[in-house]
Amino acid sequence: MYSLETKKLCKSFGALVVAQNIDFRLAPGDRHALIGPNGAGKTTFVNMLTGALPPSSGAILLGGEDVTRVPQSARVRRGLGRTFQVTTLFRSLPVLDNVALGIAEREGVAKRMWAAASSHKDIIEESKSLLAELGIADDAATRVADLPYGKQRLVEIAIALGLKPKVLLLDEPAAGVPSTESARILEVLDRLPKEIAILIIEHDMDLVFRFARRITVLVQGTVLVEGTPEEIARDVRVHQVYLGEQTHA
Amino acid sequence: MNGYSADPGIRWTEWLPWVAAVVFFFLLPGYLSLGARILIFILFALSLDLILGYAGIVTLGHSAFFGLGAYTAGALGAHTGITDPFLQLAAAAGLSALLGLATGAVILRTRALTLLMLTLAITAILLEIANKWTSMTGGADGLSGVKVDPILGWFRFDLYGKTAFIYCLALLFVGWWVVRRIIYSPYGAMLTGIRENTARMNAIGAPVYWRLVLIYTISATMAGVAGALLTQVNQFVGLNVLGLEPSGDVLVMLILGGVGRLYGAFIGPVVYLIAQDYLAKQYPEFWFLGIGILLIIVVLFARGGVLGILDNVFTRNKKAL
Repeated sequence: MYSLETKKLCKSFGALVVAQNIDFRLAPGDRHALIGPNGAGKTTFVNMLTGALPPSSGAILLGGEDVTRVPQSARVRRGLGRTFQVTTLFRSLPVLDNVALGIAEREGVAKRMWAAASSHKDIIEESKSLLAELGIADDAATRVADLPYGKQRLVEIAIALGLKPKVLLLDEPAAGVPSTESARILEVLDRLPKEIAILIIEHDMDLVFRFARRITVLVQGTVLVEGTPEEIARDVRVHQVYLGEQTHA
Repeated sequence: MNGYSADPGIRWTEWLPWVAAVVFFFLLPGYLSLGARILIFILFALSLDLILGYAGIVTLGHSAFFGLGAYTAGALGAHTGITDPFLQLAAAAGLSALLGLATGAVILRTRALTLLMLTLAITAILLEIANKWTSMTGGADGLSGVKVDPILGWFRFDLYGKTAFIYCLALLFVGWWVVRRIIYSPYGAMLTGIRENTARMNAIGAPVYWRLVLIYTISATMAGVAGALLTQVNQFVGLNVLGLEPSGDVLVMLILGGVGRLYGAFIGPVVYLIAQDYLAKQYPEFWFLGIGILLIIVVLFARGGVLGILDNVFTRNKKAL
């Protein structure tokens, strides 16, 4: 059974077709990259997976169950975590709270109205050990807005990991991070729990070829080719539409 | 500051409003009616702060619940034999909660300007109903002769407002306690998360819409109780509890005091109603001008309201040390 699967997924805005019969599969433990030139429909595809955008037709299966009509928050509770391309954090809150809010949702604690949030020691301890794993434990009390951007990207990953997802969508995790800090993010990505199925959307080809064991190339809303990094690197069509552009640029 | 990193213990400064209220009671016996009015509006502002300051729901229609509560208590006291003050409060709370749930479930699917207009529309509709349904509400003349029994069968509402003041103070204390618990709870932290970043809240699996509907209902209940208190204290209810004006008043009070900070809801009504009382005596025609100038000053120079100013002074002193 696949962790995540799409069957003939389509999306069009009026006459504009942005996704056409996308069949995609992600098994537990997969490290899969989704690449493609600008406007290929990567973001649309991710938004359909998370539930932010309803597909025009086709089906999305999470852990074998059809979630095509299931709202975004319920998909998260079924094990679909994500990070955002543009950091989407609680900027005025401390780093600890950013992570704790997610863990509290996962544990079903967030509905509680009476006992103080800070008396939930288990949530706070788990948040702290997660931050320690990512090497940002010292920043637990810092407001996110006061953090350097590279560390904000790590908080973004920490929140997603706190949800203990079975499937994790990483939307350009290193976007906008200076190269001096991106090594830290790569290191974190390498150490992510083995059993999570991960789909990474990325422009940085070094990162893609280092991280992914399979690659899907999306062009104009359709899957051009899918294969191992070696196959993709050799594929003539990929060179024409995508890698070619880059070498000439 | 609330949330997982916050200390929920009550600081000594948090007892100051209650000390001030007791001092007020003994030192200014001639102003207890104004005092009771202030306490009622603090409760009303507190209920607004819960949804506006913490959950980030912008509304111009909070008077819908205040007014419904006021007319519920009024109609019971004037037309039926239900004259026990707590029964009237319970009825007002129940109906306001129902209205909060029903309207919240519809309008909280929208946001920003649409939401603002919908909240305004709801209170405007209620105002029109109250205006036309004269047999029940007294229409434009208002509903007088509202009967309220002595509290616990013992404490009669007196001419000087002594009973009213203590009654309102006790209920405000309960309201403050409840709001404070909610704000410091995981739910309160979660609401702050919604205000800060709704997209992120969705992405961590929070059913944002239902969470908002619930807090909206709780806030509506509190506003309804505040409205019922106003009727009981005045033994009268008029159309001025519904529509844009009281919604705007309570919003201005909260902005004056400081939005999203528990005690902004305490300071705002004090400043607003005392200024109104003073200005209305001195310049009966132009008192709104004074309030307007006050609001402009706060919005231009002190975005955090009176509490924001105090915060700034305090942190500057700390830095100087």
